[in-house]
Amino acid sequence: MKTLNYRIILFAFALIFGIVFSIPSITQSESGKKITLGLDLQGGLHMLLGIKSEIAIESRTKSMAATVKYIFDDEEIIFDDLRMVDGKQITFELLDQDDVAKSKELLKKEIEGTVLSANGLKFTLEMTAEELARTKANAISQAVDTIRNRLNEFGLAEPTVAKQGEDKILVEVPGIKTQEDEQRIRELIARAAHLQLMAVDEDRAARVMTMNVNEAKSYGDVILPDVATPERYLLRQIPVLDGSMLTDAKVGFDKNNQPVINFSLNGQGAKIFGDFTAKSVGKRMAVVLDNKVYSAPNIRERIGGGHVQISGSFTLEEAADLAIALRSGALLAPVYVMEKRSVGPSLGADSIKSSSMALALGFFLVVVFMIVYYGTAGVIADVALIGNLFLILAIMSLFGATLTLPGMAGIVLTVGMAVDANVIITERIRELLHEGKSVAKSIEDGYDNAFTAILDANVTTLIAAVVLYVYGTGAIKGFALTMSIGILASMLTAIVGTHGIYQWLLPKIDKKKRGFWFGIKEEGAK
Amino acid sequence: MEVFKYKKPLSLMSQSKRFGILSLTVLVIALALILTKGFNYGIDFAGGTLVQVQYEGKAPIKEIRDSISKDEHYESASVTYFGSDEEVVIRTKTSSQALGEDVGDKMRALLKDTGKFEIRRVDMVGAKVGSELREKGLMSLLLAIMGILIYVSFRFEWRFAVASVMALVHDVTIAMGAVVLFNIEVNLDTLAALLTILGYSLNDTIIVFDRIREGIRTIKNPDLGEIIDESVTRTLSRTTLTSLTTFFVVFTLWMFGGEIIHGFGFTLLVGIIVGTYSSIFVASPILMWLGFSVSGFREKEASKLKREKEKEKMRAMYENGTI
Repeated sequence: MKTLNYRIILFAFALIFGIVFSIPSITQSESGKKITLGLDLQGGLHMLLGIKSEIAIESRTKSMAATVKYIFDDEEIIFDDLRMVDGKQITFELLDQDDVAKSKELLKKEIEGTVLSANGLKFTLEMTAEELARTKANAISQAVDTIRNRLNEFGLAEPTVAKQGEDKILVEVPGIKTQEDEQRIRELIARAAHLQLMAVDEDRAARVMTMNVNEAKSYGDVILPDVATPERYLLRQIPVLDGSMLTDAKVGFDKNNQPVINFSLNGQGAKIFGDFTAKSVGKRMAVVLDNKVYSAPNIRERIGGGHVQISGSFTLEEAADLAIALRSGALLAPVYVMEKRSVGPSLGADSIKSSSMALALGFFLVVVFMIVYYGTAGVIADVALIGNLFLILAIMSLFGATLTLPGMAGIVLTVGMAVDANVIITERIRELLHEGKSVAKSIEDGYDNAFTAILDANVTTLIAAVVLYVYGTGAIKGFALTMSIGILASMLTAIVGTHGIYQWLLPKIDKKKRGFWFGIKEEGAK
Repeated sequence: MEVFKYKKPLSLMSQSKRFGILSLTVLVIALALILTKGFNYGIDFAGGTLVQVQYEGKAPIKEIRDSISKDEHYESASVTYFGSDEEVVIRTKTSSQALGEDVGDKMRALLKDTGKFEIRRVDMVGAKVGSELREKGLMSLLLAIMGILIYVSFRFEWRFAVASVMALVHDVTIAMGAVVLFNIEVNLDTLAALLTILGYSLNDTIIVFDRIREGIRTIKNPDLGEIIDESVTRTLSRTTLTSLTTFFVVFTLWMFGGEIIHGFGFTLLVGIIVGTYSSIFVASPILMWLGFSVSGFREKEASKLKREKEKEKMRAMYENGTI
């Protein structure tokens, strides 16, 4: 009989793997992958935000209406009764049949992603389904970026901001100390960032590096730093435009296939911008966000229509970043709280204490019970149980999984249920021993007989756990996760591992000492 | 140590009517409780705000109530001790959509003069999310049952599946009844506990059914009642012991796991007791009532075996080139 078998080697590997990879989590060392504590254990703010995307659509529609008016005025097309219906349609009436073809062509060219339908001379302009979806999607991704930017700016440790589902935003901010801090963070998220388009004071720009704030002020200027470089800009104090007139910004390409940023202004903004650029050809205009200059391109010509293109020599990445910055200035749609859970750090610490206590006590009870009832077989089951615990921690550490309070409960429960396999197996072995089978035969057949029962039982529990994981939210997912990992790990430790240990010990098992080995009464082994 | 030493099969099936009546009675009481008194939905499902406040020293519950009811929005708020008399939980049906000042901040302002306190937890669920969670929760229970039904039908036979699901419904309903009876707040974790009971109770039932399946194959006597008696008796030790170890840990969870998972622990505790009972006394009789036929099952198994053998023979012939 060979003593070293593949099962025990596999178990030994699993045990070493479990111990090695759970060490960073247990000691909370700086390096190495480890389990992150859920917000309910370390304290923090969890919010599910909704977004009023209909507002984004309405403002987009409003700016489309302004564009229509601007185009028609510009081309001297006579129209009447231009209005917005339901916040997503524009209707107008043309007075001259001869203008119809020209109008259709102009609108098609100037306003992308829309369909124009006619009823006589009455027209309805609305966004296509794709454009509506794009506007909504844009509103949400922009809100996610904005909020993330703001939280990062606030200097908090590892905030999570992510889109959830189609139209929700998940915000998780760990490590908030007090309720006052939390309120401040919430206000920060809700605050509108400040975007301004400002004229560069070209007359004095050359002296900016030597000028002080008061001197600038005397000229009606401000000095603002560049966002990335040490460069400074001298800008006219009164902005040309601010973020409230911006409706959208996205990356596009110019004739030479260079990345550019297209942004749209609302009707009022478009007019102001057109007038300003007409007067300022050859000068620079600075894009300022939170009092930092993002870019200051040259104005080459008058720009009308509310569609502004900033062409500079930026890379695609820079253009994308700038577009994000522009968009994040004006929240396309306001956000609101759908769900909020906040836990103070002291409660988190208490929860860790009490759930660890439950885990330790439950573990102790099970371990002692198994030894008392099953003797050495119980010790073997306990070894498997310890292996199981380490494996759960190791797997969670490797995946950087989050441990929540229900997750702790899941581990506690696993402790109770993982020994089940060993109870089933040992009962089977005992049965066979009573029937007078040899120890080796009893062990082999015991494992065979028990296997289908354990498999079926574990698979059904796993089905419940997986459903819970898929349909559960937040902390509950953590419960399903630890339980699933626990069940899978127990298949390895409790079935393969203990079997290996028995095979390894087999030569030493004295069939006369069945009380010591399997906890059953001696009745004269046959 | 050996407590449940097998000597001869217990005669359980002859008593099955009594257990049936007992189960039905409890089931009816549980259903009546659920339908008349109804669940005490917590904020997860009903929407609203929960604020947990810890005071230095005993919480002045009367003053807290008075301070809160100064604001007409919170007149119907409930204030209860939570775990100890230093901590209280304030529950209101109100939730706010604004990111700025929310219900928690308002409570902080209202409670300003009630003593030195720390707000340790503010949970707020909007009505829309609440109803979404409720739908999802119901959906998950149904899906889990469906999945289990399919798996057990596949591994055993449809009557086994139906019997195990009936036992499941029995367990979950009684656990729900207990939740209503003891006025446990129903939140997401209660739902998680119910789903766990689902998995656990099934686990127990499957072990017994596995033994019955084995018994059908190995015991010569074709009387289902006797096969069930024999199989249940043989698994009695395991059923009781595993329930005991699980009971230990759930009990410690309930006793020492902290106030937040108290309801979770309690629901599990009830579920484990009922689940153990049902896997011994309820699931197997259902199998009998459903008209499970031992000889029919054996014939099916035999013909399955025959088909497989024939297939193998064909394959062997094919491989040998005889066809």
